[in-house]
Amino acid sequence: MTGLAVSVPSAVLDLPWPFEREYMQLALLAGVVVGACAPLIGVFLVQQRMALLGDGIGHLAFAGVAAGLLLEVWPVWTALLVAAGGALVIQWLRRRGTATGDLALALIFYGGIALGVVLISRAGAGSVDILPYLFGSILTVEPGDVRVVVVIGIVIVASIALLGRVLLASVLDEEAARVAGLPVDAVGSLLAVLTAVTVVAAMRVVGVLLVAALMVLPVASSRLIARSFRSTVLVAVAVGVVSVVVGLVAARQWALAPGGSIVLAATAAFGVTVAARGRGRMVRV
Amino acid sequence: MSFAYGDEKVVDDVSFSLAPGEFVALAGPNGSGKSTLLRLLLGLLRPDTGVVHLFGVDPHALSERARLGYVPQRRVLAPDLPVTVREIVATGRLARRGWWRRARANDRAAVDHAIESVGLAELARRPVLELSGGQQQRVLIARALASEPELLVLDEPIAGVDADSQRLFRDSLVHLVAEHGAAVLLVSHELGAVADDLDRVIVMKRSVKFDGPPAELTASGVSLGIHDDDLPLWLEAIE
Repeated sequence: MTGLAVSVPSAVLDLPWPFEREYMQLALLAGVVVGACAPLIGVFLVQQRMALLGDGIGHLAFAGVAAGLLLEVWPVWTALLVAAGGALVIQWLRRRGTATGDLALALIFYGGIALGVVLISRAGAGSVDILPYLFGSILTVEPGDVRVVVVIGIVIVASIALLGRVLLASVLDEEAARVAGLPVDAVGSLLAVLTAVTVVAAMRVVGVLLVAALMVLPVASSRLIARSFRSTVLVAVAVGVVSVVVGLVAARQWALAPGGSIVLAATAAFGVTVAARGRGRMVRV
Repeated sequence: MSFAYGDEKVVDDVSFSLAPGEFVALAGPNGSGKSTLLRLLLGLLRPDTGVVHLFGVDPHALSERARLGYVPQRRVLAPDLPVTVREIVATGRLARRGWWRRARANDRAAVDHAIESVGLAELARRPVLELSGGQQQRVLIARALASEPELLVLDEPIAGVDADSQRLFRDSLVHLVAEHGAAVLLVSHELGAVADDLDRVIVMKRSVKFDGPPAELTASGVSLGIHDDDLPLWLEAIE
């Protein structure tokens, strides 16, 4: 369906409980990729005071999914298109000074959800088809979904590996980065598009309503532990991946909603970090 | 050149030049247009009338941006983000090495040298959050030095920093001018630390009111220390 030539496990691997079944292995692969990539983007968004950008774009992705259902196109493509377009509009509004960061987000937030509701009502699809995108349904992902997630993950990791230093320079001191001739606007736009891409990748894992959590919560934890930007990134990625694994195990063990379980695991990680720091038992890395 | 924010003219018919290896201070009371003038020089603003030439070309057309170092007016850098001194200074090397390239040995050496030249070698791996205000300001200077600039522009770099930081700041600027033949344009209310090293002082209040050697300015009753009172009084007198 997707036409992407990426190999994902089609046979059941010999993994221990709770990942012994194929659907859990697909969920694990998709979840780990998203759990690693979302904080990679989030670390820059948080520093830009744009932590809620993922939320705003999630609402746009919802409108994109609704458009896909209306047009009978695979909703992932329409979500990607609408989310990336909206992300660029937010950047444009901020750059022009037409709207401050939070106002630009609010415009997208409410515009996106309203558009989604209108399109859903027009499609007459009812609420059943949209629910997996709103709240995630990682346990029902198919190999085609996982292929898309893996490709998106490769794009995100490669982009950050190439542009991470410029992004760091830009979010630390935009004016100095401009004076140095760094492509501040271009990488800002790219970060917005990568955010949109990450949201779409995470859509089936935790749902558009919780997607920003995986971008922000692991970063919030890592900033309490880390002593360098490098370790901030690595710890955030580790927390994201562990949250996904713990969330999936909990969901399987107690028949919980996996999207919510993953985000609660990330929230718990933050709570543990804060508590350990308060007791002075934190080893900074 | 001239520049106005709306109807308010903040830079009025200003003209001056800097030669390689010159150490020049730009002084003036608050609101005199110094920071706006810097932004015009750096290409962050465009003049309403007149032209700016940076290394002979319009700042917007300058392709070799690494020739220009800039230390902005700021105290706290990355208030929440754990980022080390070295990581911040390394971002200053991106323009020189090419942001799309991996750092090579000479890039790493330039970053180390910049950190050493502001006396922060022992704190290179320390998060900037743990440094004093003066040390953080030196990090910003090291970041600008990392690109080995031919012109270093500093906006109020030593406002409120400790005496030790001021001495190290002065040493790093003198080193840059003496060893690399770089020009330095320093905007500051506090010129005491570099008074003996300056070639020229430009006093500005919308337009240039004085442009000459520091001795000539001090002879007319203006101190080069914190000039909260004497400079405005002197400007009032000559106006």
